[in-house]
Amino acid sequence: MLEWARKNPSICTLLALGVLVLALLPQLVSSYVVQLCISIYANVALATAWAFFSGATRYISLATAAFFGVGIYALAILHAYLPLPLALAASALAGFLVALLVGLSTLRLRGVYFVVFTFGLTELIHQVVNWSAIKSRTVTRYIFTDASRVEIYETLLGITLFTIAASWYVSRTRHGYALRAIGEDETVARHTGIDTTRVKVLCFAASAAVMALVGAVLTLQYPYVDASIAFNNTWSFEVLIAALLGGPGRPWGPAVGAIPLVLLKDQLVGSLYFTIALGLCFVAVVYVLPGGVAPLIERWYGAFDAAALRHALRTGRLPEGWGVGGDWPRRLKLGVKAGLARLNGLWRL
Amino acid sequence: MFEVLLGGLILGGMYGLIALGLNLQYGVSRILNLAYGEFLIGGAFIAFFAVMSRWQLNPLLSLFASVPIAFVLNWLIYRLLMVPLVRRAPDQDALDADVVLATFGLFFVLQGLALVNWSGDLRGYSFLAEGRNVFGAVVALNRLLAFLGACVLALALFLILRHTRVGAALRAITIDPVAAELMGVDVRKFSAIAFAAGGALAATAGMLVSTFNSFSATSGGDYTLKALIVVIMAGVGRVTGTLAAGLLLGVVEQMGGYLLDPGLTLAINFGLFTLILLLRPTGLFTRA
Repeated sequence: MLEWARKNPSICTLLALGVLVLALLPQLVSSYVVQLCISIYANVALATAWAFFSGATRYISLATAAFFGVGIYALAILHAYLPLPLALAASALAGFLVALLVGLSTLRLRGVYFVVFTFGLTELIHQVVNWSAIKSRTVTRYIFTDASRVEIYETLLGITLFTIAASWYVSRTRHGYALRAIGEDETVARHTGIDTTRVKVLCFAASAAVMALVGAVLTLQYPYVDASIAFNNTWSFEVLIAALLGGPGRPWGPAVGAIPLVLLKDQLVGSLYFTIALGLCFVAVVYVLPGGVAPLIERWYGAFDAAALRHALRTGRLPEGWGVGGDWPRRLKLGVKAGLARLNGLWRL
Repeated sequence: MFEVLLGGLILGGMYGLIALGLNLQYGVSRILNLAYGEFLIGGAFIAFFAVMSRWQLNPLLSLFASVPIAFVLNWLIYRLLMVPLVRRAPDQDALDADVVLATFGLFFVLQGLALVNWSGDLRGYSFLAEGRNVFGAVVALNRLLAFLGACVLALALFLILRHTRVGAALRAITIDPVAAELMGVDVRKFSAIAFAAGGALAATAGMLVSTFNSFSATSGGDYTLKALIVVIMAGVGRVTGTLAAGLLLGVVEQMGGYLLDPGLTLAINFGLFTLILLLRPTGLFTRA
């Protein structure tokens, strides 16, 4: 990591400046923008944590809401007994332990079974928590803290940056390579001597700890929580789509997807059209951008140099490689042709 | 006690009913259609509009509209949206990942459209809402109708699969699509037919369920989830197993609620499901 920093001093300076600006932002902008940023950071951290495990191994998990909710509940219960930093750490630990248990028992399920299982698991935890809350007459748990909006903002900013940096760092270590090998072909990975179960369970639990921590920090701004707030499975879907839209293959990819989605949601909040927009995003990811936006950005960045830009300005044409993927007008033409042929095929059947 | 058992059976019949179409879709076409519940709700809405219309039609008549519509729509979905994914995927795992995302997208789009057009209000109507005495326990006639519908549809599907040429082709595809293709079965065509028939079954189930359950534009997801649980419990592609798994789920849910705590029915539901998924990931009724 340090070696990389020594090689790219200009990028490091820019990043450091960017972090400084973000950290000072609450002093400069309205509380509405601060609130929006809190929402963005939470989504970015969740999507990065999700992609850290699910993007590399291709185990699509819908248990984000489960770990997020465990964090919320852990904080809601513990903040009355422990000082706040300790309560936050305990929430992250709770997420880690729950994921450890879940991982040990379930990670041999693959494909659709894993997806459905994680979804069912979230509902199971939701129902059990709900039932025990009703039994113990604590359906709503009130949150009493003096954490200000700015403190929540700074904490979440720290968590988000840490998550991205850690995800980037781990992707360059042995564990990162092991995770990707599992994603490529798990049998082969096991035969090359990777302890696949250990790697999978540890990384799954680490990503769950971040999710629980984000949930715990977000709880600080609510007056109360209940089971349906904590285990709302919309979180699972939004995080999944943000990560896939941005590109789960890069540490910074999920952030690229999460930011526009949060802004879109902020614009369409309460409107029925958010559901439709979210659905269209899903479809777009599958049919148009199977790798997410991040590979596109990388290609554009790679094609970006002064000569290409001068050429582009002189001729008025985009430089080579700036299209959506090579020669897109031709691909579009071919695609329409193939679509028409398919429509023709329909009548024959 | 007997009443609880009977209630569980009736409820389980409904579970089996809503899962039949999904199992046909997933078993034959290998497409896990997460937008399945939307077609179920579509069938329910068409029945509702038939009853509420000027002529106050019998909801059973709405099947003449909803079944063909669901059949054609699902057929188009398979041919236009799913076939490109099937072509692109190197293996079943990759296909599953793509299909889960694409049909989730479809689910959100359809649900959004339903919300915009029909609002999120709960709907319901009254049809055959009278009690009948069954071996000393009272059961509502409309629930009995849905239970019988489940049995008839499962039996019909079983006979078609077992004794017709199309059925033989569908079973061959379920077992091994590549081998079926080599034996001269047009896999694309029959997959499309199975997918469309699954959608039609969903619409039928939706109409039957709407006679006693109220529903709204957003309740499709719940039905998809229930159907998925039953399909995975039964094992993919097992038609009679679907009904049996549905009955088991219904009975366990009702008995658990009765013996432990009524607030736990959903938890028992998901608990049973996760347990079966852990112990027998291929389903209860598959041959080892």
